[in-house]
Amino acid sequence: MSDTQAPETVVLTVNGKQIEAKPGELVIDAAERNGTYIPRFCYHPRMEPVGMCRMCIVEIDTGRGPALQPACMIPVAPDMVVDTESEVTKKAQDGVLEFLLINHPLDCPVCDKGGECPLQDQTMSYGPGESRMVEEKRHYAKPIPISDLVALDRERCILCDRCTRFAKDVAGDTLIHFQDRGNQTQVNTFPDHPFASYFSGNTVQICPVGALTASPYRFKARPWDLDQVESTCTTCSVGCRTLVQSSRNEVLRYQGVDVDPVNWGWLCDKGRFDFQAVNSEDRLGAPLVRNGASLAPAGWGPALTKAAAALREADPDRIAVLGGARLTNESAYAWAKLAKGVIGTDHVDAQLGDGLPAEVVLGLPRATIDQACAPGGTVLLLGPDLKEELPVLFLRLRHAVTHDKVAVVELAPRRSAVSDLATTTLLHRPGAEGEVVAALLAGGGREAGGIEPDALAAAAALLERGPVTVVLGRSNLADTGAGVVAAAAAIHEAHPEVRFLSALRRGNVHGALDMGLAPGLLPGRTTLDDGGQWFRDAGWANVPRTRGLDASGILAAAAGGKVDVLVLVGADPLADFPDTGLATRALAGARTVIAVDLFLTPSAQQADVVLAAAGYAEVDGTTTNLEGRVSTVTRKITPPGTARADWMIAAELARLLGADLGLASAEEILAEIEATAPSHAGLTPELLRSHAARDGVLVPLSVDEPAPAPEEVSSTEGAAPSGPAQEGESDSGVTEGAAEAAVAAEAADDSGDRQAAEADATTAQAADAVGDAPEEPAAPTAPTRPVLVTFSGGASTAAPAPDAYSLRLVATRKLYDLGTAVQHSPSLAGLVTENAVHLHPHDFDRLGIDAGATVTLTAAAGSIQLPAVPDAHVPRGSAAVLAFQGSPAVGQLISAGTAVTDVRVERS
Amino acid sequence: MAVTDAAPIITTRFGHDDGHTIERYLATGGYEGLKAALAKSPTAVGEEVKAASLLGRGGAGFPAGTKWGFCPPGVWPRYLVVNGDESEPGTYKDRLLMERDPHQLIEGVLIACYAIGAAQAFLYVRGEMALAQERIAQALNDAYAAGYIGKGILGSDFSVDVVLHWGAGAYIVGEETALIESLEGNRGMPRLKPPYFPAAKGLYMQPTVVNNVETLSNLPWIMNNGGTRFAELGAETSRGTRMFAVSGHVKNPGVYEVEFGVTTFRDLIFAPVYGGGMRDGNSLKAFIPGGASAPWFYEEHLDLPLEAGAVGKAGSMLGSGAIVVMDDTTDAVKAAWRVVRFFARESCGKCTPCREGTTWLEKIMRRIVDGQGRPEDVGLLLDVCDNISPGIAWPPKQTTICPLGPSAVSPIASAIVRFQDEFIAYCGGTAESPVAINGKAYIAKPSEVAGV
Repeated sequence: MSDTQAPETVVLTVNGKQIEAKPGELVIDAAERNGTYIPRFCYHPRMEPVGMCRMCIVEIDTGRGPALQPACMIPVAPDMVVDTESEVTKKAQDGVLEFLLINHPLDCPVCDKGGECPLQDQTMSYGPGESRMVEEKRHYAKPIPISDLVALDRERCILCDRCTRFAKDVAGDTLIHFQDRGNQTQVNTFPDHPFASYFSGNTVQICPVGALTASPYRFKARPWDLDQVESTCTTCSVGCRTLVQSSRNEVLRYQGVDVDPVNWGWLCDKGRFDFQAVNSEDRLGAPLVRNGASLAPAGWGPALTKAAAALREADPDRIAVLGGARLTNESAYAWAKLAKGVIGTDHVDAQLGDGLPAEVVLGLPRATIDQACAPGGTVLLLGPDLKEELPVLFLRLRHAVTHDKVAVVELAPRRSAVSDLATTTLLHRPGAEGEVVAALLAGGGREAGGIEPDALAAAAALLERGPVTVVLGRSNLADTGAGVVAAAAAIHEAHPEVRFLSALRRGNVHGALDMGLAPGLLPGRTTLDDGGQWFRDAGWANVPRTRGLDASGILAAAAGGKVDVLVLVGADPLADFPDTGLATRALAGARTVIAVDLFLTPSAQQADVVLAAAGYAEVDGTTTNLEGRVSTVTRKITPPGTARADWMIAAELARLLGADLGLASAEEILAEIEATAPSHAGLTPELLRSHAARDGVLVPLSVDEPAPAPEEVSSTEGAAPSGPAQEGESDSGVTEGAAEAAVAAEAADDSGDRQAAEADATTAQAADAVGDAPEEPAAPTAPTRPVLVTFSGGASTAAPAPDAYSLRLVATRKLYDLGTAVQHSPSLAGLVTENAVHLHPHDFDRLGIDAGATVTLTAAAGSIQLPAVPDAHVPRGSAAVLAFQGSPAVGQLISAGTAVTDVRVERS
Repeated sequence: MAVTDAAPIITTRFGHDDGHTIERYLATGGYEGLKAALAKSPTAVGEEVKAASLLGRGGAGFPAGTKWGFCPPGVWPRYLVVNGDESEPGTYKDRLLMERDPHQLIEGVLIACYAIGAAQAFLYVRGEMALAQERIAQALNDAYAAGYIGKGILGSDFSVDVVLHWGAGAYIVGEETALIESLEGNRGMPRLKPPYFPAAKGLYMQPTVVNNVETLSNLPWIMNNGGTRFAELGAETSRGTRMFAVSGHVKNPGVYEVEFGVTTFRDLIFAPVYGGGMRDGNSLKAFIPGGASAPWFYEEHLDLPLEAGAVGKAGSMLGSGAIVVMDDTTDAVKAAWRVVRFFARESCGKCTPCREGTTWLEKIMRRIVDGQGRPEDVGLLLDVCDNISPGIAWPPKQTTICPLGPSAVSPIASAIVRFQDEFIAYCGGTAESPVAINGKAYIAKPSEVAGV
């Protein structure tokens, strides 16, 4: 993928035709690119070839006469002659297919794979018509569950090594193996070690027969019943590309789509199987309005009227909007326009105290996943356990370490799955990231945050090694994240060339921040100060002038009776805010609570008005991943009942408040975002629909973007945000700018101004015209857009020293937690593990407690009881628990705004 | 050595009960070859071995000196791996060399390490050979203690560590890439060649020389006496002496060291000092000239010399040096079935044609032997053979990763062609073969023999 050398081609002959191949390309790939498909089972382009199934053997002549060779193992060579249609080739391939079939049960009529099965398809295309084997076939018990999610039928298995290779080489979860030998070889797990991988669903997708099936999909549909659209997963912020497949208006399956810059075809099991939540019986199908102690179903008219009345009567400064990470970019924009443009409040936050300040995320130089994983680089992980929070990013990083010699320096309060990949893991005291990084930048050599001087010096040396990317997020929900912010500021100041990859987790949190759902910001990554006038000119009448409160501040204000209307847009602070006590007080203290949600969450149950929203697979729009890559999400089914898209709800509320958002469709909103949001200039619906945008589009589309490959730089334009698009990260050689020019030329819409622009669109300068000729409804007159937000650090305060009697609390997440997606997916809900407090074995003696005993954890905010588990992966002096996992809620110990959480641990 | 009078080279200590001890070894000229080697440059040692025309004794018969030269220059570290996983049915020469004269092997290992520049050697001994493992372990300890292995051997700056590794009992691990996989701790399954030629990408992806036990055991003698003297023995490409294991229906089954290239099959099977002729006065029906995977030979091949080129020209091979003799009481169909069963059971399961094909062949053969044969089964057998080894030729082509699959083809093709009447008796007739058979040893009548 990184052949930066001279792009010469290799000429070889395939079936008498001369074709051009890339140096080092495998024959099987070169032939396929040139229209000759060679059948295969074991070969998978994202895994090392093994040449085991022998289906792809073809006659290859490298000058010593034709010989049967597996096309998946042989790289192209000049003057090579390949014959995929010779008699010898055909006889051999027929023979291999017959061999594969002699022990295959041929139970296609009851097999889930029937209809999309490579073995079935290739038998029809290449195979013999009848079996000549009269002997008894191989028999196994079938099917056997190898995990809670995957069933294995060993009779159907053709031993291609795809699943086992995936488990070992890609996921690193070596839990399924070949066992026994020869004709008795089987894939299986070892006793008491189920295939409990977060990535097990991928093996089902890549299985070339029906040997591996996923229990959530088994016997649900035949492939020909399924209808599908391409979309982007929003379970977390990695933004994996997916196929959404449905039958009879019910989503039945997600499949991974291979996009080179992001997920390479892989999905995590949470993203793959949480389609069950879309179909949940518990989905809200109509609004609810409080009637005394209970919520009663209501029509949209009365519900919206009641909500609008509350908003109208309240002082804008006493209205707050929480949430937005669940929304599409379009809905987030509509809600930002409602909150900041119509209502006029800046108390808006898409994060729930579990993220980082928006300026940090949006204002630092950003890295793509490819840049972070570029061969030979170094990744400094200052964030969560990627396997638990951003699983497919973990896969990419794992590949970078195992294949591309990327070094990982991990800074974490407890060991994680990444620690097994990391060159070095520095376990620091919770909240001490700032001092540790300061010591690292000084070359190590002194103790910091509980880490030995030598370890710091070794890590510092690694950071000198190659281009450094910092993966930045929250590794501990029991502190404020101030340490991470201070660390990022110090790195940025010392090394401005270092890029940052955000590791915020929630689905479209980056899109929501981009759209201004954060205090102090407006759509397009600009601040109230820099962009206020621009947006007022664009018709946002009431843009606030002073910065509002973040989630913690909003909840504190609500708890203090200073919030009249609290709007929860897909936010559930009772379940998701780290400080459970504050969230409880806030919901009690807010005079009116309006919830817009898919489910009647614990917080929505406290609301006065609940508005039923349409969710994933039910709306069209775009989403933005942690790189800032915008890609499409697509509607496949109709929402339950009368549930409607979030942006429609915003538009309706605005109308009832006497304002017109001027937004009538998702595409229209995208056009307005393109016209008004400084970072999104050039991101037209036409561009997103174009072939050049098949992998998504990084915003902003300017030369400010990560350095493209040298030959792809076109050096025509300056760095103004309104400059032409030159994304150029795709390996197609077509820059996004050129693509955009092309689509702009195609899309000669009915706007007169557009027509003027069309003349220029034949050159690569079309985007210039965009600033001059914005879309109809909001027409800013200023010729240049406001500048983008930058982050330069701020006052950092060191965490207080721990006292001798307390342990410092570390609260982390697991992939399967008490969140709505997991809890409403029956296949996943059972995978949530019990909570426990993990302590270093030495601390057990010190505290006088026994392993497994129930202990009482007491913090300033409250106290809970948990079993204690000895765990050498937790440094001494720390107490590690899981947030949002089982009861009692760890959130009872955490006080928002307190730098770190210290707990006493005592025998119960 | 009655037949040609040549003195034995590698079995000289077999007459001593304590031939495996370091005391006896040193008392009979032990480690003198190593000293002679260290007095030369590594290149000169390599040249000496080339001059000896020492062919690999494992089965493929590739010149050892040339093989050493295949390691890409300047790539370090490189390793020597000793293939002691002797498991071909009828082959038991390496076992004796390891049990009776382990120091001779170790000395050979050290000489080879010196020549190729390896600082680490791995001795892979078949799992079932407990005595060999025990004696090699003892010999290694003694050699370490005496300073023949380890740092600064014999006061030179040459240092080698030798690691003893016990196999777990898989025939396929005798295949060099499968042996390397096993040595690395993985399932013993072959790697694909290309790209995984051990000389370039072997153990731990480093250049690796894999040599057979008997091959290395010759090195001390060659160092002491010179490659030229070694090459004076034998004929054509087959020089020196070679050990052959004679088994089956002969009077004196056993391992014999004979002069290579000139001794004939007739000598080996019938000479009183060797096989001593057929048991009970029976006559010869067929014999396997080089291990179970070799196409069978018959009466008319008896006067062929034990010479790699001549045997290859006649359509078979000397392989691992196992000669299995069948007299006229042998049921050819059952004999073929037993050989096929061996390969079907020893298939590692990695690639489809071998895993499925050899097992299918075995099932068909067993059905025939059990009296359930059908006339079309003979044609079916040959067609399945053709799908494993296209053209049923010699040397075999293969749709498989390694030569194990085609190994099951040889006995079937041999038996079907030569003993068609026996198949007709089992199957009630013989259908037309749907495929051509191209191996020269697959001959129906004596007059058709080629290359004699």
